[in-house]
Amino acid sequence: MIVRNKMYPYYLIAPAILILLLIVGYPLYYGISISFTNMNLYTFRAPRFIGFENYKNILSSPVLYSTTLRTIIWTAVNVFFHVSGGIFLALLLNRKLPGKNLFRVLLMLPWAIPQYIAVVTWKNMFRGQYGTIDIILNSFGINGIGWLSNPSWTFVAAIITNIWLGIPFMMAIALGGLQSIPHELYEAGEIDGVRGWSKLSKITLPLLKPVMVPAATLGCVWTFNMVNVIYILTDNTGQEATQILVTRVYKDAFTYFSYGSAAAFSVVIFVLLAVFASFFIKAMKGDEEVYD
Amino acid sequence: MKNDHFEAHDSRGKIVAIYAILVVMTFISVYPLLDVVKISLRPYNSLFSTSLKLIPDNATLENFRVVLFDRPFMTWLNNSLIVSLATALLGAVISITGAYSFSRFRFFGRRTMLTSFLMTQIFPAPMLLLPTYILLRQFNLVNNFLGLIIPYVATAIPLNVWVLKGYFDTIPISIEESAYVDGASFSQILTRIVIPLSLPAIGVGLLNSFMQAWNEYIIARIIMTDKDMNTLPVALVGMTGSFNSDWGIYSAASLITAVPVMVVFIGMSKFLINGLTLGGVKG
Repeated sequence: MIVRNKMYPYYLIAPAILILLLIVGYPLYYGISISFTNMNLYTFRAPRFIGFENYKNILSSPVLYSTTLRTIIWTAVNVFFHVSGGIFLALLLNRKLPGKNLFRVLLMLPWAIPQYIAVVTWKNMFRGQYGTIDIILNSFGINGIGWLSNPSWTFVAAIITNIWLGIPFMMAIALGGLQSIPHELYEAGEIDGVRGWSKLSKITLPLLKPVMVPAATLGCVWTFNMVNVIYILTDNTGQEATQILVTRVYKDAFTYFSYGSAAAFSVVIFVLLAVFASFFIKAMKGDEEVYD
Repeated sequence: MKNDHFEAHDSRGKIVAIYAILVVMTFISVYPLLDVVKISLRPYNSLFSTSLKLIPDNATLENFRVVLFDRPFMTWLNNSLIVSLATALLGAVISITGAYSFSRFRFFGRRTMLTSFLMTQIFPAPMLLLPTYILLRQFNLVNNFLGLIIPYVATAIPLNVWVLKGYFDTIPISIEESAYVDGASFSQILTRIVIPLSLPAIGVGLLNSFMQAWNEYIIARIIMTDKDMNTLPVALVGMTGSFNSDWGIYSAASLITAVPVMVVFIGMSKFLINGLTLGGVKG
């Protein structure tokens, strides 16, 4: 202790806690409270309490379930390719290879480029007729995929874009993990006759797990909450078949201005995430007994 | 092919295959950026070209001139700089004191607070966006720099605190203790000893919050609705919305906006990753 006053630690943290309470804590409470009202653009000043009406509407509409399913597909497909692609590239880069630093820097670019610019660029590449992807596909004789006009293909385009965006983060994390695996382990394994694939599955991957599990969990949360890609790719004209849960809330709130029901929808999503997060924390606690 | 440049067991074929995969993946990773460069160099009359050439015929810098002199680019740049610099500085001050407290003191509620800092990462912006927006509107902070700076600082703090705390944990406390015994006040200890010793971590934090603010679109779009208040992301995405949007000018503007921060990002990415793992290991 280098201070006499016992309250000092609290003073030091107070600004951080205050701003988080203001921007996370209070909105959380406020969001829950307006989810029980009919607040929209017209009733903004004097919203009326309507009980569970919003929740009834949301839970009884099939849209919630189809969107939830789509969100799960979105998250699972994206994170699967992020993690497997990231580990794959990291394995290639974690060997003696002239020029690997140049490859590493260039492979990091999708992480470095501002997300909105990346998405707008992909949107331009997905445009029919003049877009790069159609020009390439045409030369293989594949025509007329309406990437941006057919909602199902737009969703595929969004997944492709987001996979591209997310691989470098996982690659960087996996590379860090690989470099921390002591070389002796491989030497010892070699003496015991562990080669090739079994070296990968018996030594490398198990030792990467403690690094990749938290990263993948974080990746799930980021992907689940990703508004940018779908919102920009669809110009927010987003038809049903392209929406995930968070883009729906964003649209309900800021295109249709139905604040009350958007807030109720957020609460439903919040509960879904809370269930996920409790699993996450349990998994973390199991791994990390030495917390303090 | 058995020499020091490659792994001892790799055959020639395997090495060729590895290079081939890396070249293909690198091309996919770089291509969109090359696409932006290509479109930014195109003269206006060949926008609807289907050529895949990387440097277009009659390449011109006209688009860059239009962005810098015929569009309110300087206003957007100014708005983005105000918001991003304020976020970085305010975020750094708040995070340094908070992280120091977490690192050096053991007090009631410490673990709960640390965990809740992490929880804010688990429940991020989109859920909180609507209530935050309504609150900011009620405080008249829509189309106001503070209306963006406050949420941005809040987004930046948890990660900054996490990285900084991990760094402080690696500095031995004995230096601070002997300064305390010699009669240094707490603020002297912080500004003369702790901050100078942690400049790398603080730098990472500053850059990270600056870039988060510089690149943020979703919140900025709803807060900065006034054209004069647009930050760069809002203005740039706005340029592409209409049917006859000018992709050449958009591309030039996004290169001017993105390339400086991308260079900095690549340069600091190693420290950022180290910081993340450091904070995680030490609890």
